[in-house]
Parts: sequence; structure tokens; C-alpha cells
Amino acid sequence: MDREETSARIAALIEPFNKKGAEITDATRFTDDLEFDSLTVMDFVAAIEDEFDIIISMNQQAEIENYGQLVDAVVKLHG
Amino acid sequence: MTDMLSDNATQPHTDLFSKFDPLIQMRENLLASGVEDPFNLVMERVISPTVAMCNGRETILLGTYNYMGMTFDPDVIEAGKQALDEFGSGTTGSRVLNGTYVGHKAVEQALCDFYAMDHAMVFSTGYQANLGIISTIAGKGDYIVLDIDSHASIWDGCKMGDAEVVPFKHNDIEAMEKRLRRIPAGAGKLVVLEGVYSMLGDIAPLKEMIAVARRYGAMVLVDEAHSMGFIGPNGRGVAEEQGCLDDVDFVIGTFSKSVGTVGGFCVSNHPKFEIMRLVCRPYVFTASLPPSVVATAATSIRKLMHAGDKRAHLWENSRTLHKSLRDAGFQIGTETPQSAIISVIMPDLERGAAMWEALLKEGLYVNLARPPATPANMTLLRCSLCAEHSAEQVQQIIGMFTRAGNAVGIL
Repeated sequence: MDREETSARIAALIEPFNKKGAEITDATRFTDDLEFDSLTVMDFVAAIEDEFDIIISMNQQAEIENYGQLVDAVVKLHG
Repeated sequence: MTDMLSDNATQPHTDLFSKFDPLIQMRENLLASGVEDPFNLVMERVISPTVAMCNGRETILLGTYNYMGMTFDPDVIEAGKQALDEFGSGTTGSRVLNGTYVGHKAVEQALCDFYAMDHAMVFSTGYQANLGIISTIAGKGDYIVLDIDSHASIWDGCKMGDAEVVPFKHNDIEAMEKRLRRIPAGAGKLVVLEGVYSMLGDIAPLKEMIAVARRYGAMVLVDEAHSMGFIGPNGRGVAEEQGCLDDVDFVIGTFSKSVGTVGGFCVSNHPKFEIMRLVCRPYVFTASLPPSVVATAATSIRKLMHAGDKRAHLWENSRTLHKSLRDAGFQIGTETPQSAIISVIMPDLERGAAMWEALLKEGLYVNLARPPATPANMTLLRCSLCAEHSAEQVQQIIGMFTRAGNAVGIL
């Protein structure tokens, strides 16, 4: 699966969590721009894990600050 | 070294404390409303396990973890005094050097007898027991699968080790199974659960969760801090109550709740368990518990083995308080009374603090719990009952809650 397709699927998943309707680009930050708190992060990560049947451990999450990094990580984990 | 500063130059100073500014502000705002500081209470005198002088008032204690009321048990006190006389005030050393006295071996034997398990290892606090065991057994390349509402000591144990940390939604068996299923083949797996979750006082469906963990080849650690002495036919905890204690690899517990002193422990039937004493840093690199503490703990644990009547009375207190507060119109953290913790949900921190203060003025101490320690950012008034609360005291407590609730406008 290529990056574009992965990005599209994640963009669909992010919608219900994007309460402020912020524009999503590779540079969009989860904490600062989307204002995700820890519970939102857990639910959002669970949604991605289920969609792609992967695990994103907290250790890996710590390296992911923005949308582009998330897409890259999912592409890598999904293989 | 051309980039070193010359003697007369200085770089701009960054205050490492500025990260705490939002919390400092929140605290100032709360205190500016005139409320008594909920996090600065002083007990001037402790009259019994259930009554103390707090900020100059005689107060019923409904916010301690003294579930079984062992702190003033005459046998416990006597054992402590005797150990002080015979062994002195402290060991001044690590368990693996000069800090193991006969009392430390005796309390570990008491734990083996209490849980009917082969091995027991005593730490200086419950926090260190979780920190030490989790960080030591789950290392690089291993996976820890844990409930998102786990206690801080569990999270810190995860952080201190190098394992991959994978949380799942609170008490959600399916979410746990999905994560176990996705772990790469061959990796070591540790599932970490708690018997009672202390914020809402709810229990875990351990039987189902442990069966799933077993199917996926995971080892299982259960923190029974809030259930020891009270839940289960022998007071061994929620796993005993649900008939799955034999499938638990490691039980973590504490002396600072039902046992009535301070200290932590892990009990296990793992055949190699004793090696933990050499490799577990929070066990090795700290001083052992004072002789008086292990003597009081051992005496208390042995008495808790035969405390069926007290357990029954504590359940009665829990059921009465839960039902009465609900009937009065309060929102409670659990549908049914599941433990000795009855958690009353407050609409927000301001009214929670006001209610806390109104209760204190009525002569009742409860715990005010607020984010980030609470799930879903709730403000809670956490009531923890004691087997020594009389039925009359429970009725008094209900009256105090009702009056305070009306005064603050929550009811």
C-alpha cells in the first residue's frame, strides 16, 4: 500500500477526532494543532491500529508529533 | 574549545520550573476562591483508625486506605514496640547487604502463607514493588500490555524498563485481545492488570482477561493493592474472588492499605523468582524497611488471614454507603458497590473543592481526586471505608454528605 492511500485512510479516521475542523497537512501536530488529550490519543491510536491491524506502542507514539510522521510510521509498520 | 563561554559572558537563563506554571496558576485560582487547601491537610492527632483531629476539628476519616483498621490493633502495636526495642529504629542498609533481619524473612513467610505461594519479596514501598518488578521482568524487545487506567507506579515501571508499552481501553477484554494478537511472534509478553481500580473503585473482569492473556502466551501481573485483606474468601484479592489466582504469575501488593503500615511486595510461584533479589534495582539500591515496620506488617498479615467477620462488616458498610448516597441523588462511579471505595462524581473541580470543604467543616474527611490522576478528567470525592467504621458512623456520614450536597448546590 502506498503512502497516498495510507494517508487517505488515516485522514478519514481522523475526522471524528478533529473537533475544530482543522486543516490536515503533513505538518499538522496532534497536541498543538488538534489539541488531542491523552484519552483522545488512545481512542485515535486504537482506531488506526484496528484499521491497519498493527500495534503502535507508546514508545513509537512518542516519536510521532505530526500527521506526516504518523503516515510514515503506519506505512512502515503495515509493510 | 573555541565554543566555551568566556568568564564574563552568560547565556540566557531558562527557568526549569516554568513547565509547572499552568498547575501553579490552577492552584492559585482554586485557593483564591477561599476554599481550604485540599492538598495541605494536617492531622494533629489520630484518635482511632476512623477518627482524627484535622485542621483543629474532630473528623471522621473516610479517605484513608486503612480498610481493615489494623493501625491501632493492640497485637500489631505491641509487635512494633518489641521490634523497636530489640532491633533498633532502622536497618541503614539494602536488603542484599546488611538490611535483611529475621523480621524481613518473617514477613515474607507471612506473605507466602497468606497467599499460599512459594515466593515473596518485600520492597520498601508498594510504588517500588511495581516499579521494580515491571521494569526488571519486561525488557528490550518484550511487550507490556496494560490497562489505560493503571496506577502511576505501573506506568513508571513501564517507562523505566525498555519494553514496548501497549495500553488498552479500561477493562476492555476485546481491546486487550486485539493488542495481544498483533504482537510479533516470539516476543515476551506481560499483561498488567489491577484487581480494584482506585479512582472509581471498580474491579476488573480478571477471570476473562487472564484466560485471554494465557491463550496468547503472556505472563500476568495483577496489582491487588486495594483488595488485599478484604476481597476474596481469604482476603487474597479479586483474583481469588473470581477463582483465577492460580493463573496469576505475579501479585503485587502493599502494606500501606489493609496491612496498616508501609512497604510493598510481590508474591509468585515462578521457580526462578528468587533471582529478582539480585537484578531488581528498586529492591537492591534502597534501604530496607525498619524492623518495627516489618514486625507490625507480619503480625497484621497473620491476623488478616482470620478476619472474615471484619470483611463481612466492611462489605456491609460499602453496600450501605453506596445505596444511600445514590438514593440521596449523588452520582457514583460504579453501578454497584464493588470494593471499599465509593467514588462520588463531582460536576467540576470548583464545586468538587467546595463540597470537599463543606464536608470537612461537617467533620468528614474524604479524598479529593482531580485530573490528571482521574480517568476522563473527572473530579471525584473518593470515599474509602474501613471495617472499623460503625454502622452509626456510616449513618452520620450519609447525613453529612446530604447536608453538604444541599449547601453547595450539588443535590
